[in-house]
Amino acid sequence: MSTLTLGKALNTGLRKAMENDPKVLVMGEDVGKLGGVFRITDGLQKDFGEERVIDTPLAESGIVGTAIGLALRGYRPVVEIQFDGFVFPAADQIITQLAKMRMRSLGALELPVVVRIPCGGGIGAVEHHSESPEAYFTHTAGLRVVACSNPLDAYSMIQQSIASPDPVVFFEPKRRYWDKAEVDTDADPADWTPLHRAAVVRPGEHATLLAYGPAVKTCLEAAGAAAEEGRELEVIDLRSLNPLDIGTVTDSVNRTGRCVVVHEAPVFNGYGAELAARITEKCFYRLESPVLRVGGFSTPYPPSRIEDHYLPDLDRILDAVDRTFAW
Amino acid sequence: MTIDSVRGAPDTPKAAEPELVQLLTPEGERIEHPDYPLDLGAEDVRGLYRDLVIVRRIDQEAVALTRQGELGLWASLLGQEAAQIGSGRAASANDMVFPTYREHGVAWCRDVEPLKLLGMFRGINHGGWDPKEHGFHLYTVVIGSQTLHATGYAMGVQRDGVLGTPSAGATIAYFGDGATSQGDVNESFVFASVFNAPIVFFCQNNQWAISEPLERQSRIPLYKRAQGFGFPGIRVDGNDVFACLAVTKKALENARTGQGPTLVEAYTYRMGAHTTTDDPTRYRLKAEEEAWKLKDPIERVKAYLVRGDMADAGFFQKVEDEAKQITRELREACLALPDPEPLSMFDHVYGEEHPLMTEEQEQFAAYLASFEEEAK
Repeated sequence: MSTLTLGKALNTGLRKAMENDPKVLVMGEDVGKLGGVFRITDGLQKDFGEERVIDTPLAESGIVGTAIGLALRGYRPVVEIQFDGFVFPAADQIITQLAKMRMRSLGALELPVVVRIPCGGGIGAVEHHSESPEAYFTHTAGLRVVACSNPLDAYSMIQQSIASPDPVVFFEPKRRYWDKAEVDTDADPADWTPLHRAAVVRPGEHATLLAYGPAVKTCLEAAGAAAEEGRELEVIDLRSLNPLDIGTVTDSVNRTGRCVVVHEAPVFNGYGAELAARITEKCFYRLESPVLRVGGFSTPYPPSRIEDHYLPDLDRILDAVDRTFAW
Repeated sequence: MTIDSVRGAPDTPKAAEPELVQLLTPEGERIEHPDYPLDLGAEDVRGLYRDLVIVRRIDQEAVALTRQGELGLWASLLGQEAAQIGSGRAASANDMVFPTYREHGVAWCRDVEPLKLLGMFRGINHGGWDPKEHGFHLYTVVIGSQTLHATGYAMGVQRDGVLGTPSAGATIAYFGDGATSQGDVNESFVFASVFNAPIVFFCQNNQWAISEPLERQSRIPLYKRAQGFGFPGIRVDGNDVFACLAVTKKALENARTGQGPTLVEAYTYRMGAHTTTDDPTRYRLKAEEEAWKLKDPIERVKAYLVRGDMADAGFFQKVEDEAKQITRELREACLALPDPEPLSMFDHVYGEEHPLMTEEQEQFAAYLASFEEEAK
């Protein structure tokens, strides 16, 4: 058992995966000597060499496109997109090629590529460094999309994603990189939560908060504040966005009858819309109020000096909870 | 500002007859090139001739099937047979080919059943052959995407540590003149160059990207772009099957022995439409097509065979009959292709279980079954 930051947990998970399987490669801009701009790949090139930790040209489509080719040759590339807002030049390769090649080949080809994307805001960054592009990728069949929220999940989920025969878009909450927790690096992987299972991270009976990635911690804080006022909120960390563990969600909402979805991406056409629709369909007679959503606005991500107003915070979450009870 | 300058490139240098490697003239005369010696026996030449004729006939049959509503689309290779057969026969079993969607001749060289190609354009599936079995990747419709896959694959070969050994395979990526404007192709050049990847970029410059002429893609001859990326570029007569064979062979061998990438520009001409939905009479002159007809890739091999007394009328008739037989069977098999089961759309999307997709599949199966119940 050791105390790790989320960033170090990812680093440790990557290291384990590389030790366990010589076909695992790490590639991206600055991932080698620098160890990545967030140091997630720190020290890997030193220990595994330039052939396995590849500093690539500055070309996102090239990074994902060549990773596809390496996967076709039997490798398991883990590519780093430096920031969320830079994934769009690679979106073509991810959406039109990576996601569809297995089906196109009638199952003859396997694409075990992991695309790591540091996501979300809250670090005072400039434009294009604070986006939440998950909905673009959850909309694409053939991809798996997951988001870690804490060090233990970061450690296990990165290894599970690398082991998956399917392409995985792996979101890392960049403002949580420095959060610490105990991680049992000796645990048997069989005891890890399965990659596509959601986790009830705080049980409660009065309403359900659904979140993933960076918003999970905010929701836990909101639930703590609500408890002081006598409301017990159940917090679910979805962990996997595609596929979605709808069973864990509906079990909870069927008990509580109320649900608030929280994410950083704009609410309109965001991932919360999918959750609201599915919950409405599956829990209609148990709902005491409509599923409400708290998230970003229908604006581009704002300049950092006002990003705190854009990001869902305790007050906006608790305000939504109040509204579900006022129905 | 003049209209010309708005349209761009009024001063584009146009080489009347571009410098290119040629080993067989349009009249069927063999010429030697110091850098590309090619020793072909009569049997080899007859084999190439057979390939050329058969793929042209398959292509014609596919165009006819499309006109008759049996295929949704077809991208004709008419005029590009030599570029494809020459480069395709240059590749060995260990090499890996990444085609675009027009490489029916290369597919022929890689033993992919023509019916599989037709099946894709008929809408049976999006691919349908095993790329590993044939060393021939799936057709890629998004322009230029496959050049990055090829580059990554070549980087994998490099990592396997086999370069310079007999088991080394090179990678060859096909694309057209239009694709050279794409970011992915340029990114491929960057990656291939800086990593010295064992790859051959084989550009079939057929002069037209649908309706856009080469002048809208480049102000310099395409093969010269390679120099800017730091590797050699060669222009070859794309209607000369010998030259395409010799140049590609050498480029592939360079790749296998660790000497890095090469860009081969096969200077050719797309005699037909871009695809069967296209109408080239709207954008190009008949005279241009007529001029290229004189450079026909099949006629010059036939002339060479006749001149050298390597084939008689019986041989040509035999090839003709074989091509007819193949296309007749192909037509029959194409018409007999059954539509896939509706539920097959859920197959092979994921390697691991995906509960939500499975749920949809079950719901749709029940929905379909309900019609059968009603019909009873």
